[in-house]
Amino acid sequence: MKTLSQIVAHHKRIDKLFIILGLLSMFVGLMTLCALIINLSVDGFERLSVPFMTSFPSRFPEKAGILSSWVGSALVMLTTAVISIPIGVGAAIYLEEFAAKNKITDIIEINITNLAGVPSIVYGLMALGLFVYKFHLGQSVLTAGLTLGLLVLPIVITATREAIRAVPVGIREAAFALGATRWQMVKDHILPYSTGGISTGIIIALSRAIGESSPLITIGALTFIAFLPPSPITVSFPYISFEWLMSPFTVIPIQMFNWVSRPQAEFHLNAAAAGLILLLMTLSMNAVAIWIRYRFRKKVKW
Amino acid sequence: MTLKAEVKNLNFYYGERQALKNINLPVLDRKVTALIGPSGCGKSTYLRCFNRMHDLYPGHRYEGEIMLFPDQVNLIGKDVDPIEIRMRISMVFQKPNPFPKSIYENVAYGLRVRGESNKKVIDEKVEKALRGAALWDEAKDRLHQPAFNLSGGQQQRLCIARALAPDPELLLFDEPTSALDPIATARIEELVNEIKNDVTILIVTHNMQQAARVSDYTAFLYMGELVEYGETEVLFTNPKQKKTEEYITGRFG
Repeated sequence: MKTLSQIVAHHKRIDKLFIILGLLSMFVGLMTLCALIINLSVDGFERLSVPFMTSFPSRFPEKAGILSSWVGSALVMLTTAVISIPIGVGAAIYLEEFAAKNKITDIIEINITNLAGVPSIVYGLMALGLFVYKFHLGQSVLTAGLTLGLLVLPIVITATREAIRAVPVGIREAAFALGATRWQMVKDHILPYSTGGISTGIIIALSRAIGESSPLITIGALTFIAFLPPSPITVSFPYISFEWLMSPFTVIPIQMFNWVSRPQAEFHLNAAAAGLILLLMTLSMNAVAIWIRYRFRKKVKW
Repeated sequence: MTLKAEVKNLNFYYGERQALKNINLPVLDRKVTALIGPSGCGKSTYLRCFNRMHDLYPGHRYEGEIMLFPDQVNLIGKDVDPIEIRMRISMVFQKPNPFPKSIYENVAYGLRVRGESNKKVIDEKVEKALRGAALWDEAKDRLHQPAFNLSGGQQQRLCIARALAPDPELLLFDEPTSALDPIATARIEELVNEIKNDVTILIVTHNMQQAARVSDYTAFLYMGELVEYGETEVLFTNPKQKKTEEYITGRFG
């Protein structure tokens, strides 16, 4: 017969065992990330400089830069955001607040979840057939934005629905009981209270999109571009131009891919430096997401 | 004694399940009518018929009529717009549910929904409502602070102010004190006594002492059926039905 203290000691040993296992698994994850960042930094840090950011690609590795690719990434992200945010948020609001709950909405729901799991290259193939060949949009920023917009749409929809669902029933009923219509309820309450969750979801979706290369290679993004798209702001009336939408482009991941696949080791350093910039972009987007979530959590309580 | 509303042969169904069975009840003008009964007896269901809250969820069905006087509108008529009904009938819920906005915006929301945009009018009505809910003195210096800084009891009085601001004809209370401590409860009960001079009140409560304290008339519901209705004093001191007597003496429920 074991004494009580023996039983407790035994249980405590199991506790300790789990703590050690947990710490180990956490370290595996963290160390991998750290190793990655350190490796990139060691290789690429010395290539980081102002000229690297402001130069076009070149066949001389020490002269090559990422100007066209980071501008391309930024413009494609802008287009992706403009396309995926209104459609994604709109669809989520409709599904969550307006649509009748029946078989058809169930099927739509399952399909949205499935869409999030479709490999990105399949989106690329679809976009090549639809946007490039059918709609003749060319291998342009617009095509890329549409493709990535569709790619992240399920993420935006799911995140928005989660955020909307977090608003308690009591708040909805309070608004309805005062005579609000469904749209008034959504516009005055649901949207303002779930902005934190929605924007977090959007940013996470965009930080996924910014790292994508395969669907863009599929639609025919160029790997070597020594010019910038036309500027969105012009000197003469109407001061704003959308020509850049139809311009060819490249993005940072494609530029990296191009450099890595060259034989010269110097280009590999360039790829590491571009990787650092890309990492910096996604990390700062995530930081913004965390900040927004924190701010709204403080402001909205129930 | 004038009628504010009259419920005739009301049946209510949650899908297949019938929650209210052939209810007939008057609601007297500028009186407090309490609805008592054990959990699940249908008292909240009954209350939520008046402002058509059931319309928000699919599969809910009404039969019969609830006439609102003096203009004789059938509240649950198919051709009557629930939003119009909710603009005439306000509701206070079980758990205080202020919007995560300022105190001022909470009270003003009912007015904004009605298209009121004149700041002076809104200011006046907000003050009147907050006074009506006995919250003005505590809130007047922090109208633009978040409502969730208020205590639970204050939040519930804020919800009462929010319900009062659009001048409702009928005010529905759904167990308004079940989440509050005894002192906050007492203040809400006092408030009900004051408000009833201007507004007709229907109050659901699981607390029989509360029904006895605040109401003029009481209805006892059991398993979706009306067992007894009458003046509160009579019902509590001299109930006609055996079931009522058993319930108010605490033999079940």
